[in-house]
Amino acid sequence: MAERRIRVLVGKPGLDGHDRGAKIIARALRDAGFEVIYTGLHQTPEQIVSAAIQEDVDCVALSILSGAHNTLLPAVREIMKEKGASDIVLMAGGVIPEDDIPGLKAAGIAEVFTPGTSTETIVAWMRDNVTPHA
Amino acid sequence: MSLAERVLDGEIRAAARLMRDIDDRFKSAVDELKILYPHTGKAYIIGITGPPGAGKSTLVDQVVAAYRKKDLLVGVVAIDPTSPFSGGAILGDRIRMNRHADDPGVFIRSLATRGALGGLSRSTMDVLNVMDAMGLDVIVVETVGVGQDEVDIVSTAHTTVVVMVPGLGDDIQAIKAGILEIGDVFVVNKADRDGADRTARELTAMLEMKHPEAGDWMPHVIKTEAAKGLGIDELVDEFEAHHSYLKESGALQRLIQERNAKIFADTLREELFESVFSGIKESGKYQQILDGMRDRSTDPYSAVEEVMAARSFS
Repeated sequence: MAERRIRVLVGKPGLDGHDRGAKIIARALRDAGFEVIYTGLHQTPEQIVSAAIQEDVDCVALSILSGAHNTLLPAVREIMKEKGASDIVLMAGGVIPEDDIPGLKAAGIAEVFTPGTSTETIVAWMRDNVTPHA
Repeated sequence: MSLAERVLDGEIRAAARLMRDIDDRFKSAVDELKILYPHTGKAYIIGITGPPGAGKSTLVDQVVAAYRKKDLLVGVVAIDPTSPFSGGAILGDRIRMNRHADDPGVFIRSLATRGALGGLSRSTMDVLNVMDAMGLDVIVVETVGVGQDEVDIVSTAHTTVVVMVPGLGDDIQAIKAGILEIGDVFVVNKADRDGADRTARELTAMLEMKHPEAGDWMPHVIKTEAAKGLGIDELVDEFEAHHSYLKESGALQRLIQERNAKIFADTLREELFESVFSGIKESGKYQQILDGMRDRSTDPYSAVEEVMAARSFS
């Protein structure tokens, strides 16, 4: 039987224009052997979910530095549910206060990484927590 | 319900999953493709190729917008390279096409080359068949950024578009063999840059050396500034002109014939190799051959002859 290659969408929802971090993550995931669909800046939650479905990704990894994480991340999760795609793992990284993380996790965001996290940690987390669709 | 039936029912997730199964070479995908095959052959396929950074993705974005204005359903297959070291890939063509992401009339799929060398992935043709069966009217295939010799797109698309930019080399580059021979339409993108007119002129001069027979298609050079949307209407008119030419001249039938022959030959080659190779591996013959080659008691040519003689094909 052929083997699944893990596919991950990396993108930036909302208005902040700093994509250095997202690009570093994309590059680290590529080096880990994943196929990364990089959608770039200024994505609406709707665009992100449509792209994730069309690309049949196993995981959506979003970078947010704008402070709008409490709105944008749950919005992405809601649209995933509406579109029958809640099997896709949603995780995020960026400038996100520790106090906000429990609320985000309760909203279905699988993991939240804050500044200073090494790319190895993120890759290892993905290997443990993202199983490719059967 | 099978994936194929769900695809025919218009279910986006099923189509996306089937494309994944095809790309990952699941055996089950072959059965699904068998069901879809009778529903294919309707879409008009445009292939866009050219060097990295020529503006292919931006051009695709504009072409998609133009066809959406005509109320047609549009598919995009965008191919980017797989890392030869990690096997991973960054597929970044969607960045330029994001405005279509939530348009239900557009389906975009990114594929990694996964080691294929011709500018496409092995899965491209089958993924196109899925899009075709989904009922998409126009499908645009964007190849990986190519240099000179990656010409698989010709046997995949109805209309092949070669995108160039000013400043890539002199007119000797233009008369070498390779991608400059395959275009039905040529684009000089970033036409606001210095040297655009010269590049267009050199390409035109090269094309005029061809001396087409009466009734043959004569490729034209179109200047565009894709980032500003300039030249796109002319470009799409040229696609339509080429499509009409294909239909009216009978060239379309020839193209389809050639493509079918290629698909059959490719599939046969792959299956034959797979079956013969796994057979000799299991029987231990493969190891014997390698041992023989190591001490020079056999050579690869005799070994293959022997393997072939042991099988009968009708």
